[in-house]
Amino acid sequence: MSAVLFFIAAIGAITAAIGVVTLRNPFYSVLALAVHLVSLAALFLLLRAEFVAAAQVIVYAGAMMVLYVFVVAYVGGAEPLASGAVLRVLGPLFALALTIELCIAMLGAGLKGVSSRGAPFIPGFGTPAHIGRLFLTAYLFPFELASILLLVAAIGAVVLARRRRGLDTDEQAQFQVRVPRPAYTGTMAEGAGVRSSAHEEQLTPDVQRVGTTSDESAAATGHQGGW
Amino acid sequence: MAIGWFLVVSALIFSIGAGGVLVRRNPLVILLCLEMMLNGANLALVAFSRMWGGEDGQVFALIVMVVAACEVTIGLGLVVAIYRRRLPIDVDELNELQG
Repeated sequence: MSAVLFFIAAIGAITAAIGVVTLRNPFYSVLALAVHLVSLAALFLLLRAEFVAAAQVIVYAGAMMVLYVFVVAYVGGAEPLASGAVLRVLGPLFALALTIELCIAMLGAGLKGVSSRGAPFIPGFGTPAHIGRLFLTAYLFPFELASILLLVAAIGAVVLARRRRGLDTDEQAQFQVRVPRPAYTGTMAEGAGVRSSAHEEQLTPDVQRVGTTSDESAAATGHQGGW
Repeated sequence: MAIGWFLVVSALIFSIGAGGVLVRRNPLVILLCLEMMLNGANLALVAFSRMWGGEDGQVFALIVMVVAACEVTIGLGLVVAIYRRRLPIDVDELNELQG
């Protein structure tokens, strides 16, 4: 039974991993990675690491995939598949060589312990109680370091992704459209007596860039404080 | 299942991730492939933890998850910043930092 589950989960994980690399659309790559992570959680369960499997599903397949999907939807865009001709050939060759080397290192090195069937079952192995005890006793310093790292990453993400003022120079400039109103329509200028009815104006819209002083443009177009 | 099978799967996942980092050009997909490499290492850690009957490997796997989350946060922040500056989202074009 465990063998069947193992092969289902392992084949799912490896095919999803190949899908992440080969799929053209980054959105589909993210979905394939979600499948990959759930399969890996099944493998963790087979290794009796229940808490790690739960954290994998919740943190990875839940939170981080949502972040990825948001960013892919924001940035978007499919891409041509691979890079230049050299890396397109050398990349898979490097991956193949790495696989062979890792398998030789882990399986063919004559380590007798590697091919064992594992330690006898300990009650409560991999439960949150055991892992939490280890975190707060033997691995307290890495635990605190991880929390500081999370804080630094959160602040760094806010600093990186915030909208800076003055950065988008070539963005379309904001224009303000000022359309002169006809006389006797109840403007504040008429109420203050600044703008007389005899002073008829041409009814052309006046587009003025925000940020330029209104006095010089008013002097240029002949409007004398009618606004 | 013998532990060796899990190690073979972890080696395969790590290698596929490494090949993907080399082949792909979109920084989003490169981040995904980095995730896969970290997950391959995680699987090996948990497998060794099962082999020796101690939870230390699982503790390290959880810390690797924390590091992966931080890396994703910073990487996606960089991608969003690149997109905001209208730069091409392509690691072959973003080569101004190379020496």
